[in-house]
Amino acid sequence: MPQTYQLHVNGEVREVTAEGDTPLLYVLKNDFELSGAKFGCGLAQCGACTVIVDGAAVRSCRTEIRSVGTRNVTTLEGIGTEEKPHPLQAAFIAEQAMQCGYCINGMIMSAKALLDRNPHPAEAQVREALAGNLCRCGSHNRIVRAILRASKEVAT
Amino acid sequence: MNGPDLTRRQFGAALGGLVIAFSMAPRLSEAAESAARLPGTLEANRRLDAWLRVDEGGTVTVFTGRVELGQGATTALAQIVAEEMDIAFIRIRMIPVDTLRSPNEGVTAGSNSIEVGGAALRSAAAEARAILIDLASQRLGVAPGQLIADDGLIFTKDGAKKTSYWELAGENPLAREATNSAPPKPPKDHKIVGQPVQRLDIADKVMGRPVFIQDLRLPGMTYGRVVRPASYGAELTRLDDSAVRKMPGIISVVRDGRFIGVVAEREEQAIAARAALAKAAVWRVPASQPEPANVHDYLKTRPNIDTKTVNEKTGTASPSVKTVEATYRKPYLAHASIGPSCGIAGFVDERLTVWSHTQGPYPLRADIAKATGMAPEKVRVIHAPGAGCYGHNGADDAALDAALLSLNTNGRLVKLQWMRDDEFGWEPFGSAMTMSARAGLSADGSIVDWQYDVWSCTHNMRPGNRQGVNLLGAWHLAKPLERAVPAEAPLPAGGGDRNAVPVYDFPNQKIIDHFIPDMPLRVSALRTLGAFGNLFALESFMDEVADAAGADPVAFRLKHLKDERGRAVLQAVAEKAGWKPGAKSDGTRGRGVAFSRYETTKTYVAVIADVVVDRASGMVRVERVTAAADAGQTINPDGLRNQIEGGIIQGTSWTLKEQVGFDKEHITSRDWVSYPILTFPEVPAVDVVLIDHPELPALGAGEASQGPISAAIANAIRHATGARLRDLPFSPDRVKAAIARG
Repeated sequence: MPQTYQLHVNGEVREVTAEGDTPLLYVLKNDFELSGAKFGCGLAQCGACTVIVDGAAVRSCRTEIRSVGTRNVTTLEGIGTEEKPHPLQAAFIAEQAMQCGYCINGMIMSAKALLDRNPHPAEAQVREALAGNLCRCGSHNRIVRAILRASKEVAT
Repeated sequence: MNGPDLTRRQFGAALGGLVIAFSMAPRLSEAAESAARLPGTLEANRRLDAWLRVDEGGTVTVFTGRVELGQGATTALAQIVAEEMDIAFIRIRMIPVDTLRSPNEGVTAGSNSIEVGGAALRSAAAEARAILIDLASQRLGVAPGQLIADDGLIFTKDGAKKTSYWELAGENPLAREATNSAPPKPPKDHKIVGQPVQRLDIADKVMGRPVFIQDLRLPGMTYGRVVRPASYGAELTRLDDSAVRKMPGIISVVRDGRFIGVVAEREEQAIAARAALAKAAVWRVPASQPEPANVHDYLKTRPNIDTKTVNEKTGTASPSVKTVEATYRKPYLAHASIGPSCGIAGFVDERLTVWSHTQGPYPLRADIAKATGMAPEKVRVIHAPGAGCYGHNGADDAALDAALLSLNTNGRLVKLQWMRDDEFGWEPFGSAMTMSARAGLSADGSIVDWQYDVWSCTHNMRPGNRQGVNLLGAWHLAKPLERAVPAEAPLPAGGGDRNAVPVYDFPNQKIIDHFIPDMPLRVSALRTLGAFGNLFALESFMDEVADAAGADPVAFRLKHLKDERGRAVLQAVAEKAGWKPGAKSDGTRGRGVAFSRYETTKTYVAVIADVVVDRASGMVRVERVTAAADAGQTINPDGLRNQIEGGIIQGTSWTLKEQVGFDKEHITSRDWVSYPILTFPEVPAVDVVLIDHPELPALGAGEASQGPISAAIANAIRHATGARLRDLPFSPDRVKAAIARG
């Protein structure tokens, strides 16, 4: 039976009535009208749907809403604003770090989780941290450059 | 991207102020007399206001028939218009393709957006500028040569008399046919073209704003999913859907022959119903597919193969004293888009309105009309960006799926996205191919004879054919529609024979194309069509022949290549990578070179790959790729670099890891575990050198680097280990076996 859940998303409490096993992804996209996270596989294999839950990068396509509780969910929309973009967002623009951009939500959110725990990653650490995020256009090296650029701004 | 209330000062400053005197303003009447063919796709869409609209608020709206596929084409097209109209780049508004109001430019494919679509817009924009100057001249009573234009303002030198594009907009200055009468600017005057302008779409994508079709939310929208047959040829023997119809949120269960779908209030409800329907359906699955192990021989022995000599050259040459032969194979490859295909359809203003990330909105409209029995003018297709498609993937099919679901749900708006296994299981693949080459060497080590055969299924089953319907759902209806009859496209673009003709100068050559009309696996256009297979073979074989001649691979290529631009990219890449003839390998490290001119008429690319091979496991790591590219006039160097590098990385993935899995009954690669692609730790460092020719036409570059990279990797593995890989992909077991063979 559908139940009403109160979710903490980007600093606000949002309410949704749905089955408890509904993946967080669909609630974010369809109910909360947040477009950042993308459906890529529904299998936690590609990373396009990545969001941050209490500091950890998680795959929202395999995260049931009943498991979220009162933990803080942060989406791409929640990390920066037009006036004050997150250093990662600014760096991705500066490096023009994408072609199609469908995977970019996952790249930025996984990178944010990395930089939050390791502000000075080496290039190899960045590549390892993103090993589970797939990009099909071949923009990998630009993405790595953008993350390293952002790490210099975040670090100081 | 920008509001209509821009001031000149704001944006002129950013671009250094565009001040151009119209000393060269053309005399329109003179050129109007010549009814010559118009450039690019302007010929078929002759009204200027079909392409450009000057807005009173200070912007220029551009209608293009080219769709944005994540390749940055719309940004480059905007640069061309801004350049020719002498306005700040930020004043340009690009309108997504919409069959109600955009010019028909067919399919955005084949690296043609800049070459063909750009030529049309350049001509239209140059003429628009001339018309506006002419109008200003009449209004101000000043000769055109006395007027200066700066970012839309038109004024006399002393500033006494002035007007602007925006003031003149009300007179509908572009409501006329194009005449191609205004010469475009000479490249030396370019201020926007040739600059690494930031892409129009990137900021929105980085901030998480709704950009993609998958992000689109329309009022009253419902959610759909399809349940595909168990295999290509599966027959439905039983489906009791009564329980599914009672599931929460279900609006309709759609059944028409083997086309099965569901529409629900919420997306997760549609997904749950899809799973329940798939479980309830009973299929008879024929074992009708070829054995994957001999699929190449199976394809070569199909009936009705159309064999044609597509290129032949005979000349005098020294006698051949040595013959080299080799056969190469390429597997079926998937587009494997990161975003599964999506379509949105419903009745809006009495039209079946379909949002799609198709590459060809007009051809798609034609096929949807046929599949639904509606008049084409009652169908409207609007482009919305999807994830990168790399050719004809499931985008068009998903659009028809959404349309069929909507038509069976009282025309309600239905948003449908394929699940991951729909995408891998049903998208049209790039065909498996076999390439055989034979060369004769003279006593002085020159190629005196070159024979080449290629076998391939079609590389084009896109919608929009005169006969048949090339949309998946249409083939599954109770009264199924026939697919179009496949046909080979003529060279130089070609299909299976794309890039089968070498750009080297051999005195004797014969190129034979064996076109296989059968399609045991669904196939269509995948980025490069046949060029990837042909260039893998051709450039691997050049190394094999160089080896037989005891020659250095770079020197051997240069020896057979007269084309100056081709020689320049080869020399540039050798210099940049520090190529050393005769460099020895330590048994694990090696480097290989390859060269091509895409479609033999487009961008030149030469690459050098550095690889490390683990001899024990057969694992190949491509550490670094150096590339040189000549795409003629560069419109946006950063965009060009991005395309060349992206193609190298995608081509490395195809070469090392990818092949569609199947057995006698099913497609078995259905997710990212069964169809792995290159990941971050495996991606090579890439260094691209651009050779700009502002004085020459801009050439298509979107598919230019995949072909050469595959051969460069093969040649590097050979250099590293002595093993020659002729079957793609270079999986560890294949590499290990090749090393063992020696």
